[in-house]
Amino acid sequence: MTEDAGNGLPGLHRVQIWLNDPGNWSGSEGMLARLGEHIEYTAVIIALAVLVAVPLGTAIGSTGRGTVAAAAAANALRAVPTLGLLVLLIVVVSPRVSIGAGIPGIIPSGGIPYFLPALLVLLILAVPPILTSTYAGIQAIDPAVRDAARGSGMTALHAAIRIELPCAIPVVMSGIRSATLQVIANLTVAAYAPLVGGLGRFIVDGDQNLSDPRFGYPAMIAAGLGIAALVVATDGALKALQRQISSPGIRIRPSKRPS
Amino acid sequence: MIQFDAVTKRYPDGSVAVHEFTLEVPTGQITVFVGPSGCGKTTTLRMVNRMTEPTSGRVLIDGRDLTAIKATRLRRGIGYVIQNAGLFPNRTIVDNVATVPRLLGQPRRAARRHALDLLSQVGLSAELGARYPAQLSGGQQQRVGVARALAADPPVLLMDEPFSAVDPVVREQLQNELLRLQHDLGKTIIFVTHDIDEAIKLGDHVAVMRTGGTLAQFAAPADLLTRPADSFVAAFVGRDRGYRALGFARADSLAVIDEQPVRLGDPMTTARDRQRDGWVLVVDTDRTPVGWLSPAGHRLDDTIAAAHLNLGGTLARRGESLREALDAALSSPSGRGVVVDEGGRLAGTVTAAQVLDGVKARAADGLARSARQGGRG
Amino acid sequence: MNSLWSYLQANHAQLGRWTVATLWLSTAPLVTGLVAAVPVGWLASRNRVAALILLGGTGALYTVPSLVMFLTLPGLLGTRILDPINVAVALTIYSVALLTRTVTGALSAVPADVTGAATAVGYNRFQLLIAVQLPVALPVIAAGVRAAAVANVSLVSVASIIGTAQLGQLFVIGTNTGSLTPIVLGLLLFVALALVIDLAIVATARILTPWRQAATR
Repeated sequence: MTEDAGNGLPGLHRVQIWLNDPGNWSGSEGMLARLGEHIEYTAVIIALAVLVAVPLGTAIGSTGRGTVAAAAAANALRAVPTLGLLVLLIVVVSPRVSIGAGIPGIIPSGGIPYFLPALLVLLILAVPPILTSTYAGIQAIDPAVRDAARGSGMTALHAAIRIELPCAIPVVMSGIRSATLQVIANLTVAAYAPLVGGLGRFIVDGDQNLSDPRFGYPAMIAAGLGIAALVVATDGALKALQRQISSPGIRIRPSKRPS
Repeated sequence: MIQFDAVTKRYPDGSVAVHEFTLEVPTGQITVFVGPSGCGKTTTLRMVNRMTEPTSGRVLIDGRDLTAIKATRLRRGIGYVIQNAGLFPNRTIVDNVATVPRLLGQPRRAARRHALDLLSQVGLSAELGARYPAQLSGGQQQRVGVARALAADPPVLLMDEPFSAVDPVVREQLQNELLRLQHDLGKTIIFVTHDIDEAIKLGDHVAVMRTGGTLAQFAAPADLLTRPADSFVAAFVGRDRGYRALGFARADSLAVIDEQPVRLGDPMTTARDRQRDGWVLVVDTDRTPVGWLSPAGHRLDDTIAAAHLNLGGTLARRGESLREALDAALSSPSGRGVVVDEGGRLAGTVTAAQVLDGVKARAADGLARSARQGGRG
Repeated sequence: MNSLWSYLQANHAQLGRWTVATLWLSTAPLVTGLVAAVPVGWLASRNRVAALILLGGTGALYTVPSLVMFLTLPGLLGTRILDPINVAVALTIYSVALLTRTVTGALSAVPADVTGAATAVGYNRFQLLIAVQLPVALPVIAAGVRAAAVANVSLVSVASIIGTAQLGQLFVIGTNTGSLTPIVLGLLLFVALALVIDLAIVATARILTPWRQAATR
């Protein structure tokens, strides 16, 4: 079976062969393990990003102050290339972090100096969309509702948490979904940092060694398919989550019935 | 009693929304702030619950300066109803109404039960309680807004154009229900509107404001119609002032003329015998007027049926205003306005000439009264 | 920052070539993407079924991570991995995906009164699109193009992992030598490039919509 393309790459039919080999799925460097890592890292990063961005976005949207600064910052951050930032942090941070141990099952020993830059870069990627969608969602709420909340005697904090944020959930969740997809996709770039796991490991390593039967080009493509599948599954899961946490009152289409 | 003491609101860009506004809002009555757009009526209202703070001057409730009371505590003691209701979309109707009692610490179950009671007080069925605002019509939402404002039984109610966003039929119903509620509850209400007719209908006292935020006149509605303070107020109050002022004149002393009616189903010959000036009034079995009949256009061997009737005239209630009586006379095809009693049954008729005589008599009485008072002083 | 300046001077020929490559790689796909997105977006704005298929399809394409796209295309196109054509095609696909959604939204947001009036005057569908809908929708489309441009510039740098010759190579050099200078220079150049492209788009949009400036005077 030598239907290889003339460009020196193994043909795409090799991907199927690779996927069918159970040895490629098991083990600490197999497809399943990497998939697990990919999901773990995404979950942690998004959780951290939400913890930072949602309260900040709620404060900005509720008070109306700082929207210009937040928008400008978010835009500026988008212009910074992810790879460049990662590399910068690796060169600057990694030599100074001398934690040799790892976290069993999650980070291999010696990995922390490289994980920190990756974590930071992905956080910088995930926070702006969640931040902008949170404050935009809150500002899009009917001003009468916000007026009535304060006018009833709610404190600003109470109104923000009990009324404004729940009403803004659809928009906030769309920002979280967008951020999650970005993180899943960019974890592949983060794998440029040594020892960082996830499906991106196959891609970056595969590029160094294209014709390797185990970690070469077919593995890369297979990982790519895995990521695409993960994206679809995650988006679906987040949409289901959104339905769970939104109040039924937000989901209804207003129906005008005669009084 | 709410006092505005030379209150001014000036914005950083120099524009003045309210200028040296001084007024005393009496306790237990409806005071309406009315005026064109930009007259500062809403801004002034929002100073009472400190949603807006005056640039200078003070607002006092029962002698206490508002700035001495913590804003959130103040607002939990004041009901606030706004245009488009501002119901919280993520909460059920019951939870919306129970908002302030919950803020004050009432346990959830008790608050919800109380909320359901309030819903029936504003004319909504209890089953709406479990629904969400998006499922209610505009009129229903507005009623919920009123219920929410009343939930903690505040002594003061602030209403900012609450009925402006609903259609005229619903608006009239809501206005009547507000008057009924006020009759039962006796709250101190400040009501903002741009509609002078609404102001006249609802207000015990009306404050007319000018663009630029100054007070033009503060008076009872009848005085506004009969003695506007200046040309602005006169123009704002509008045309038909004299006619509308009749709405405040009681028709107690107006005598009704006896009227001999016929009944549905009577033969046309009876109608011809009892007619006066070509018209006879037709009633049904319990003497409720149903319409006027002109026998001339019909065959004598016919019986009187609903299809023969002219439904043109309005009905005036006995003892109500001269305006109702005049309108009944003017709109009646026979020139005789139908007057009914509390049960809706025929009491008699009046003519336009009689009403106008009544108006003249009132004017003479009024002059005599003010001459006596002038003499005494 | 002396080291930055001296590095720039020492390598200016190489940097010049890379800058041109980066510029071409980020903007050419934008233009082709926009040209492709207009008819597709127009179709999607007219018909709900078409919208579902087209937007769903392009949305799916957008979720494929950049590296994966850069690596799969050589297999499909028969090119070598570090051939810049892969990057250009990948970015065109992303631009089409992003801009189709933008164009659909922008065209749908043109007020029905405006399109109704134009149709009543006698415009056919093509004239309506060119003379009325696109000009009115232009500001929204321009905003989408700006977002796509920023994304593209950032994505070009990712191609360094697979070896494509553009400014992102500065990051590879920095990693391999452990030296900050090329990295910082690379970051500055990328941000500057993104800014220049952004300004160019804003200026173009302003030239194409003279009526908006008149309104604010």
